[in-house]
Amino acid sequence: MSHEHVSNTKRIWFVFGLLSVVTTVEVILGILKPESLEFTFFIGLNLLNWIFYILTIFKAYYIVWAFMHMEGETSSLRWSVVAPVIFLVLYLLFILLTEGHYIYGVFKDSTIKWNF
Amino acid sequence: MEATVTTANNEEKTWGGGNEPLRASYGKMMMWFFIVSDALTFSGFLAAYGFSRFKFIETWPLADEVFTHFPFMHGVDAPMYYVALMTFILIFSSVTMVLAVDAGHQLKKTKVAIYMFLTIIGGLIFVGSQAWEWKNFIKGEFGAVETSGGSLLQFVDKDGKRVALADFAVKLPEQREALTRSHGTWFTESAEAPATYSVAEVQAGFAANPDLLIRTEQLTAKKKKTILTREESIARLGTAKYVVEGANLTRNEYGSKLFADFFFFITGFHGFHVFSGVIINIIIFFNVLLGTYEKRRSYEMVEKVGLYWHFVDLVWVFVFTVFYLV
Repeated sequence: MSHEHVSNTKRIWFVFGLLSVVTTVEVILGILKPESLEFTFFIGLNLLNWIFYILTIFKAYYIVWAFMHMEGETSSLRWSVVAPVIFLVLYLLFILLTEGHYIYGVFKDSTIKWNF
Repeated sequence: MEATVTTANNEEKTWGGGNEPLRASYGKMMMWFFIVSDALTFSGFLAAYGFSRFKFIETWPLADEVFTHFPFMHGVDAPMYYVALMTFILIFSSVTMVLAVDAGHQLKKTKVAIYMFLTIIGGLIFVGSQAWEWKNFIKGEFGAVETSGGSLLQFVDKDGKRVALADFAVKLPEQREALTRSHGTWFTESAEAPATYSVAEVQAGFAANPDLLIRTEQLTAKKKKTILTREESIARLGTAKYVVEGANLTRNEYGSKLFADFFFFITGFHGFHVFSGVIINIIIFFNVLLGTYEKRRSYEMVEKVGLYWHFVDLVWVFVFTVFYLV
């Protein structure tokens, strides 16, 4: 093992606090849905959803880095796990969401009402 | 023992095993790559959900209106609270898991056992909560009708508040024949039981209540469902074909059919992961109690199931955002 086996209970509780606060913020925003955020768009996505996605990535980072102890692994292991996931997920989202949007257009503009 | 834990004293045997180019044991590295593949599977599901949602972006159900239940608060509109509670339970069980791993590093057997036990309890509560969520989703609350064109119509009063079918549908004199086994079709050809009310009963009840209006799936610019005028409502209800109560894989009272399908599939697949995680945790918990890892002088197995358990939490973070927030 490359990393030291020291107890880092303090950090664990800190990360727990952080994740709880972020989740609480998400829930509050999800219930209130402030209009100024929900109907202001930035690159095709409203600000509220931007906030939700950014907070999600933030939480994911802390879960992987602190709880799964990624920060203690070698950078070669870090990259070989994280890079493929990020690249493939972005690619997958790009392809599927673009296609989904295209099909939405087909339904909207053509005479087909509903076939799948 | 060498199969599960490699110790770092094999430096000279470069080709003889025990070589750790990534400075992680074989088992831990493989757990990481299993997680990579599982993460891609879940990404595929969530991206497919996004695809279908983009396809029906103007008619997709609003999560706030679907998930509104909280235990012991019947009839209270409580969007998000329950799922937030579930999220906290899962995050907390992740914390106890990482505390177990931490105690394992210091070879403290009792502490590991206690934290593992708490993790298992947290996991069981989460799975139970999900079952309750499914129960409410399947049972439904208001009911709706589906038109012959496949769109869904819900009922509201003058103020736009949802009205349940049971509140207005009339009981018409029995129009359904009592079928004998030789004539019955629904129980031989389809598992779907007939709804509580027939389309005609809903239509008659609607005609008798002049205050009722119909709400379509169409979202307005303000992200609310469109409410039709009384005349439009009556015309639209004329095309009704099915009465829909609750949800199944064929149709659901919330809106787009795919919404329920994805809900069942994605939360179900995640719930299955939680369940298998609980089982694996129980096995490791007993190994801890038996002193298996104490004898090995290494609690790396706890670390490996810990990775899996955190991954389950990680997936939930994304499911939570995609299904309930966005």
